[in-house]
Amino acid sequence: MQVQLTVNGQARSDDVEPRLLLVHYLRERCGLRAANVGCDTTSCGACTVLLNGRSVKSCTVLAVQAAGQQVVTAEGLAADGLLHPVQQAFQQEHGLQCGFCTPGMVMAAVGLLAENPHPTEAEVREGLEGNFCRCTGYHNIVRAVLAAADAAATEATA
Amino acid sequence: MIPAPFEYAAADSAEHALELLATFGDDAKLLAGGHSLLPMMKLRLAYPSALIDIGHLRELAGIRADGDELVIGATTCHADIADSELVRSQAPLLAHAAAQVGDPQIRHRGTIGGSLAHADPAADLPMALVALGGSVEIIGPDGTRTATADAFFTGFLETSLEPGELLSAVRVPSTPGVGWGYQKFVRRANDWAIVGVAATGGRIALANMGPVPIRARAAEQALADGASPAEAAGLAAEGTAPTEDIHADRTYRQHLARVLTRRALEHQAG
Repeated sequence: MQVQLTVNGQARSDDVEPRLLLVHYLRERCGLRAANVGCDTTSCGACTVLLNGRSVKSCTVLAVQAAGQQVVTAEGLAADGLLHPVQQAFQQEHGLQCGFCTPGMVMAAVGLLAENPHPTEAEVREGLEGNFCRCTGYHNIVRAVLAAADAAATEATA
Repeated sequence: MIPAPFEYAAADSAEHALELLATFGDDAKLLAGGHSLLPMMKLRLAYPSALIDIGHLRELAGIRADGDELVIGATTCHADIADSELVRSQAPLLAHAAAQVGDPQIRHRGTIGGSLAHADPAADLPMALVALGGSVEIIGPDGTRTATADAFFTGFLETSLEPGELLSAVRVPSTPGVGWGYQKFVRRANDWAIVGVAATGGRIALANMGPVPIRARAAEQALADGASPAEAAGLAAEGTAPTEDIHADRTYRQHLARVLTRRALEHQAG
């Protein structure tokens, strides 16, 4: 069936099987491979994308459920050749090791900061509870999200 | 993992969804957030012939006060319930329970109607509905009916919903200022409860102590008769026959029910 949606700001219309999962649609039909299939059981968060601005696990959303909606993947964050502040913060704070969880982690963090621009460390840790990292022990990831929040606050008052 | 093939139809309205249910027959399932159904379909534990999507229907979403009750549309997601000032002030136990479901991404998609209709006895919202003495509104070919929480859950993953019916809304009593307690024992963050307890207004509900969320009626009666929380909690596992699994045997679950009930009664918020 035909599904029309917006992916990273671009309107798309594709013929899809109803059972096609959003993560497979993004990776295989759109060629956007940031969202990873990790656990494939709604646990690890590696497939996290934004659906109408809210973080979701795209392994547990059908592409047809996204009809008429806005999807943003990690590829859609950078603007005018500049990394998104959360991406910059992950780079500066070294919030990754192997990188597999990173796109999902970044999207979950973007969603978290949209809902709560000034989180405490505890709120960051709870806000990322749907994302697993098997390398870092989370410390630098949490620092990165806090740094991104600080950077946004500084920019807002500058 | 990829679900088995199915037909898909997006309903234009709740009424249209009922028509589609009649058209597609008993093997069709309603889809809202899909956060119970899609994982089961991916594991091929469920293979409905058709999915009727109601997730986008505005008429089935939203939270409002109706007299001394809150009415929550079936497709309202857990995050919207957890964040709702109305729910937090009028039924704080429900807001807390919604905030305990899964993780943020899951709470952005999963819906209260879906969680209740899925009827997992270990889940948060079925237990919360039983503790609050809430009810569900059900629409079907013969009109609208209401089922109390105690009557709605009929077995493991089973409810009184008939084929062709749709859970349209959830009602909970508005009880601002009434104390409540909520306890959940899990091995790891985000796990299902090995045992859960929700208590408010003299009612005590237990999760995962049987095939459905149940009331700890002996403990409730003791409370009504003036027993202390500790004395009442000692009766929390009376008459229960919880399942045994890799996490806990029957005796341990009954022990947890007593301990968690005492904590829920002694550490009340609100």
